[in-house]
Amino acid sequence: MEMLVTALICLPFLWAILPAVIHNSKCRAFFVYLGCGIVIALSVFTAFKWFLAGGQAMSFDLPYKEVFDEVILVGDIFLMCLITYLSFKYKKGVISLLAIVQTVLVAALELFGPEVKELPALRFDWLTLVMILIIGVVGSLIGIYAVGYMHGYHIHHHKELTDRRSFFLAMIFVFFGAMFGLVFSQSLIWMYFFWEITSVTSFLLIGYTRTEEAINNSFKALWMNLLGGCGIAAAIAIGILAFKTVNLYEIIDIAIVSKYVGIPGTLCLLPIACLAFAALTKSAQFPFSGWLLGAMVAPTPSSALLHSATMVKAGVYLLIRISMAMADNYVGNMVALIGGFTFLAASCLAISVSDGKKVLAYSTISNLGLIVACTGCGYEETIWAAVFLVIFHAVSKSMLFQCVGAIENTTGSRDVEDMQGLISLFPKLAVVLMIGIAGMFLAPFGMLISKWAALKAFIDTSSVYVSTLMVLFICFGSATTMFYWTKWMSKILGASGKEKSRDLTKKNEYISMFFHAVMMVALILGFPWLSANVLKPMTNEMFGTDVQVISYQNIIIMIVLLVGVFVIPFINYLLTKNSKAKQVITYMGGANCGDNFNFVSSTGDPKEMHISNFYMEDIMGEKKLFTPAIMISTFIIIVYMIIVIGGAF
Amino acid sequence: MSTIHKSPWLLHYDGSSCNGCDIEVLACTTPVYDVERFGVINTGNPMHADIFLITGGINSQNESVVKQIYEQMPQPKVVIAVGTCACTGGIFKECYNIKGGADTVIPVDIYVPGCAARPESIIDGVVKGVALFKEKAEALKAAEK
Amino acid sequence: MTERIIIAVLYVILAPFVIGLLDGFDRKISARMQGRKGPSVLQPFFDLKKLFEKEFLTANKAQLFMIRSYLVFIVLSGILFFGGFDILLVVFSLSTAAMFLILASTSTHSPYSAQGTHRELVQIMSCEPMELLVAVGFYLATKTFNVNEIIAGSAVSNIVYLPGFFVGFVFILTIKFRKSPFDIATSHHAHQEVIKGVTSEMVGKEYGMVTLAEWYENAILLGIVGLFFLNSNPVSIVGAIIAILVVWFLEILIDNTSARVKWQLMLKLAWGVTIIAAGMNLFLLEIIMG
Repeated sequence: MEMLVTALICLPFLWAILPAVIHNSKCRAFFVYLGCGIVIALSVFTAFKWFLAGGQAMSFDLPYKEVFDEVILVGDIFLMCLITYLSFKYKKGVISLLAIVQTVLVAALELFGPEVKELPALRFDWLTLVMILIIGVVGSLIGIYAVGYMHGYHIHHHKELTDRRSFFLAMIFVFFGAMFGLVFSQSLIWMYFFWEITSVTSFLLIGYTRTEEAINNSFKALWMNLLGGCGIAAAIAIGILAFKTVNLYEIIDIAIVSKYVGIPGTLCLLPIACLAFAALTKSAQFPFSGWLLGAMVAPTPSSALLHSATMVKAGVYLLIRISMAMADNYVGNMVALIGGFTFLAASCLAISVSDGKKVLAYSTISNLGLIVACTGCGYEETIWAAVFLVIFHAVSKSMLFQCVGAIENTTGSRDVEDMQGLISLFPKLAVVLMIGIAGMFLAPFGMLISKWAALKAFIDTSSVYVSTLMVLFICFGSATTMFYWTKWMSKILGASGKEKSRDLTKKNEYISMFFHAVMMVALILGFPWLSANVLKPMTNEMFGTDVQVISYQNIIIMIVLLVGVFVIPFINYLLTKNSKAKQVITYMGGANCGDNFNFVSSTGDPKEMHISNFYMEDIMGEKKLFTPAIMISTFIIIVYMIIVIGGAF
Repeated sequence: MSTIHKSPWLLHYDGSSCNGCDIEVLACTTPVYDVERFGVINTGNPMHADIFLITGGINSQNESVVKQIYEQMPQPKVVIAVGTCACTGGIFKECYNIKGGADTVIPVDIYVPGCAARPESIIDGVVKGVALFKEKAEALKAAEK
Repeated sequence: MTERIIIAVLYVILAPFVIGLLDGFDRKISARMQGRKGPSVLQPFFDLKKLFEKEFLTANKAQLFMIRSYLVFIVLSGILFFGGFDILLVVFSLSTAAMFLILASTSTHSPYSAQGTHRELVQIMSCEPMELLVAVGFYLATKTFNVNEIIAGSAVSNIVYLPGFFVGFVFILTIKFRKSPFDIATSHHAHQEVIKGVTSEMVGKEYGMVTLAEWYENAILLGIVGLFFLNSNPVSIVGAIIAILVVWFLEILIDNTSARVKWQLMLKLAWGVTIIAAGMNLFLLEIIMG
């Protein structure tokens, strides 16, 4: 097992060298495919081996632990130097301060601080299992998609940009390695190192095109994530100085135990608060949502990677980990409120934008908000729901980004308004898009189940204020979520007067999207199995209890609804396919010019009719809501951090 | 037993009328005349309508519009021309742009003359139209068999 | 269990007749309020029958199967509700159903149905928080989402705990019943193009199915009104029926005494009332129950 995990963490890092040094396009593509294949195989194999071995949580160290410890220390310092160099190069030197402070703090404590307990650095449990499968499978599929996409990106669409594909593909592998490391770590020092790698890698990926916008946005991502890194550094510092440990689980235990033995003050909660803060930045919750929105400037595969399998998932992963320590305390309340608020605010904002990728970005933020809210609650059923959401979100978001990227390459636009009648123009892409959207929000899928569980849990939450606010956030948030997804679907399924054109999507892009679609459907159909065999052991392991989260009866209803959403329309389609109907043109006050797309204008000439969705910019617009949302969420964070820090001393 | 005649929904189209007849048509839906007691509903959409009620003559601009609306009405359907203009073109008949009454473009079933047509006569026309509507429905059913 | 099945079956069979009849009386009463004679109380049935007898025209054939799915999903939600299952799932299922209506309406490239579609979406968005909150309210009061347990487990009618929820729900019922001042996507009266937007491309049987689906949906909504008054005592059924009739009459009165508003105002009003009435009730109830 140790060997497998070592391979899983180290191999992607080493493999990253291959695409970086090979510049022949075909040859490089081959090695990227091979690498992705190996990563998928390795992660699935590791997961299965552990699963079949009975699924017992295990703590262990990598072979040559001392060497790795050295590597991590040197790596931390190297990253700091890299950030400092780059930020001075682009005249944003202030940002390097964040990196220097935290790295120096961690390194100094590690070298000269008090002795800490020697504990295994890694751990493998059920949550890790879920995460490595997401990273390995979804992430690698994005890698496969990236090869074809980046080819089209440089050869057909952006000839003006320098071709740095080697760098791009190498970074993707670095990302995998860092993510694997992150989800295995139980030593905070190790986790911090991998955390920093993901921050820096995402910074480099966002700045890929080196346009002014890209550089600005990448630095925005950098400083926000470094701020989060400071959170982890602070947690490490408190852990070493106050509790003589850097082990994540010990810190969690301390926080849980402190509640029962009645240790006064919130010192025990402080590291948890710092970690939660770090996780909030990484999962792009308000007020730190800006970086994820800015990340859209990067080529689509990197958006897909940041939004689905990696990066933001690192944030929610950490929150799920520490969620037990957040049940019914100030930290949990802070996380829940931020999450709930983000769920509502981001979904309102998603209504007002028409850029497909931006809608996806806001929906990611909003969806993560729901996950974060679930973790902040820290009950068994919410964790259950949160993990479900993570899984569904990873698959469907990756698929949606790939699909929008493919649509953009084919039609030249990623604007939702330009997707009118996609179903008749590019049926394959449209079906993929529909499955993705269905996976994101349609009633019986992830959202329904998790909203059900989350609502139930929040009603039961002990704090009255939090409970009331959270229930309201979720009720309103789900209404706004419905709005933006449905209007997008209605665009796709509408009619189009355009001529069919050639689908420029590459074969490997389709392979990746097709796999995602299959996975999505399998997840939907297999959700009771997944719940019973993976999620239930997981929550049992975390909470040590054995409770059926969702009643048998409701599972049946959900399956009926679930099957209904596919089967009922399908049966109705078959039944009505051959029904006789006289074709007429639509009603436009009698002014149609013989078809549904043109009307007689006031000059008597035909004029094309455009149908546009509602965007409600005067109510939900970015200009109107974004700044207040930032302010409110900053206020929440500051107030709760003051409570926790103030209570600690 | 067919009850189709109990639910005749109207579509009112104003050709090039002087609006006299239009006001009288609307007067039919007011409490004084209450045409809704016959189940009549004044719809705004040919796809939902059973009875097509035209006021005013046909000119070269609305000719295609009237045709299109007529085609968008599902069978069975009845056309009523209300007012002298809709019946024959009326005082506008000789104008350069007027083609004549509604029957120059679509088949008209019932003519309600008058300038403007009085609500009583419009209702009378509608009631006759409803009877015809039933007949047509039955004929259609018979044809299907 | 058999009792629950019987009620669900009765719902499927009887709901259209009961709601159709209520609709007929609605039109009669509205007419009398306006000083008219009004149509027969059976008029809604005549209309429905005629719609199914008319020729079938279509601008997009995909529309028909989506409308059928809409109808099936509404009936399914009703079965869940009257069968005594989870009320939160009923609400989710209703919004899934609504999505099919939206997709059906928008599948034609028509300006009026596009307009209507978005107005309908705004209506759904205005109502959904309150519908979810009603489920939450019942859970708070009775510790269960299951309709049959809500009834069986309540010694007194839940309206005692949930007056704010009730006010909020009655408020959004005006939107749900497509009554003035909130009949902006489609109206239960005959109106002009924009106001019938959502249904503007639905011909004959399609429109008939939408009408039927609305009747089934209204049965669920009135059922939720009744749920506020039901308790473990069977006599409370009388109270529930009286409450339903009172609310129904109130909606007719509102319908006939108000003018249509813009969607912006509707959204603000609906959310405002939801937050103030239901939110306050929720907060107080949490304190009491907490």
